[in-house]
Amino acid sequence: MQDEPRPNELVKAVADFLRDDIAPQISGHAGFKLRVAINALDLVTRQLTHAGDSDAEELQSLQLLLGVHGTLQGLNQDLAERIRQGDVDLATPGLREHLWQNTLAKLKVDQPNYAAYKRETE
Amino acid sequence: MSASSVAELLSRSVRAWCPGATGVADVQRLSGGASQETWSFDITHPDGAIGAILRRAPPGYGAAPGRAAGLDAEAVLMQLAHDTGVPSPKVLHVLQAADDLGIGFIMQRVAGETIPRKILRDDAYAAARPKLARQCGEILAGIHGLAADGLPPLRRMDAATEVADLQQEIDQFGWPRPVFELALRWLRDNDPGPSERVTLVHGDFRHGNLMIGADGVRAVLDWELAHLGDPMEDLGWICVNSWRFGGIDKPVGGFGTYDELFAGYEAASGIKVDADRVKFWEVMGTLRWGVMCVGMMQRFRLGPDHSMERAVIGRRSSETEIDLLRLLAPRRS
Repeated sequence: MQDEPRPNELVKAVADFLRDDIAPQISGHAGFKLRVAINALDLVTRQLTHAGDSDAEELQSLQLLLGVHGTLQGLNQDLAERIRQGDVDLATPGLREHLWQNTLAKLKVDQPNYAAYKRETE
Repeated sequence: MSASSVAELLSRSVRAWCPGATGVADVQRLSGGASQETWSFDITHPDGAIGAILRRAPPGYGAAPGRAAGLDAEAVLMQLAHDTGVPSPKVLHVLQAADDLGIGFIMQRVAGETIPRKILRDDAYAAARPKLARQCGEILAGIHGLAADGLPPLRRMDAATEVADLQQEIDQFGWPRPVFELALRWLRDNDPGPSERVTLVHGDFRHGNLMIGADGVRAVLDWELAHLGDPMEDLGWICVNSWRFGGIDKPVGGFGTYDELFAGYEAASGIKVDADRVKFWEVMGTLRWGVMCVGMMQRFRLGPDHSMERAVIGRRSSETEIDLLRLLAPRRS
């Protein structure tokens, strides 16, 4: 077991340092790239904070939907193939809810400021 | 190639084809990857400087990969568009072997703005914004009306081929994307079949490729994805949510409505817009952009462009997934 602080705490501390202390001193193209870098660190912080819970929920939802057990990636592969074959579609009970739940969980990490995400969660 | 050697070659080139030109000044590289470059410069002239843009593939990068029409075709299309009144920069010179600058062309530099957030929010464009959607419809009608016999050789695209291409790209991800599969399925089930009208399609008519001023659209840029196909594709592409930049209730580029776009198109062409086809291409375009985001992330992994920007764009593919769900499987009625 690794010691504290946890990775999300460390990454957040670095992102805050860059945002508060360094960004005000940098302009132009380097300033733009620095903002991209800070956004990437913020994304990592969100993933480290939220993904454990959403992965667990997704796994449970996939097992319920497909009626089999497996890994997150394996079950997602299975679902993708069943949709492609037409074995599962929007008439399948639970599919719509599952895709929405999982997509919202992705956006919560990837782009919580995306206008369509905000609209769907307000 | 360094800016100084490009400047030297440009200086020699302009004196050969621009009467009275004495050389070039203010040569700056704007953007582009290894295979295609854009440079801005001024042609110095006793009557006053002429703003110009060089688009070129450096020597050794001539072949147009995959979907690109190629710079030679791009030059012909821009010239045709300009001559028929579509807002487009005038092509000043097509590069010759003697220029030693590779393949490409030099065009007039058009003043204006391409950055979406400025166009959608700055006061300078407040008067232009309400007119833009209709204007886009009129311009697209002009592009689709270009006579087929004058066009350079272009690839022919249709919906079924596009769906097959996307399927192939998604297969190569090695990463499951259930929402993309749902969209592919919808596209297969809702393919409206071959279009009766087959025209020139710009292929990338959206923010970033539209030079906009206080008076509206001044120039349509970047014809590199031009092809022959269903003209409704261009109308669908500009409505993809990814190009609304937050203005999600204004489907046309975040500045206008479907009705305004269609009205402009119909008034200028006399041809009725097929709204179902536009919706079909909007879904296709949303998926296409999502696939492109993942593709950029893959190129980051494989190198040589190991840039942070390419890496993070992979995390924008989920934006297109929520857009696809809103289009195909809305939660609320």
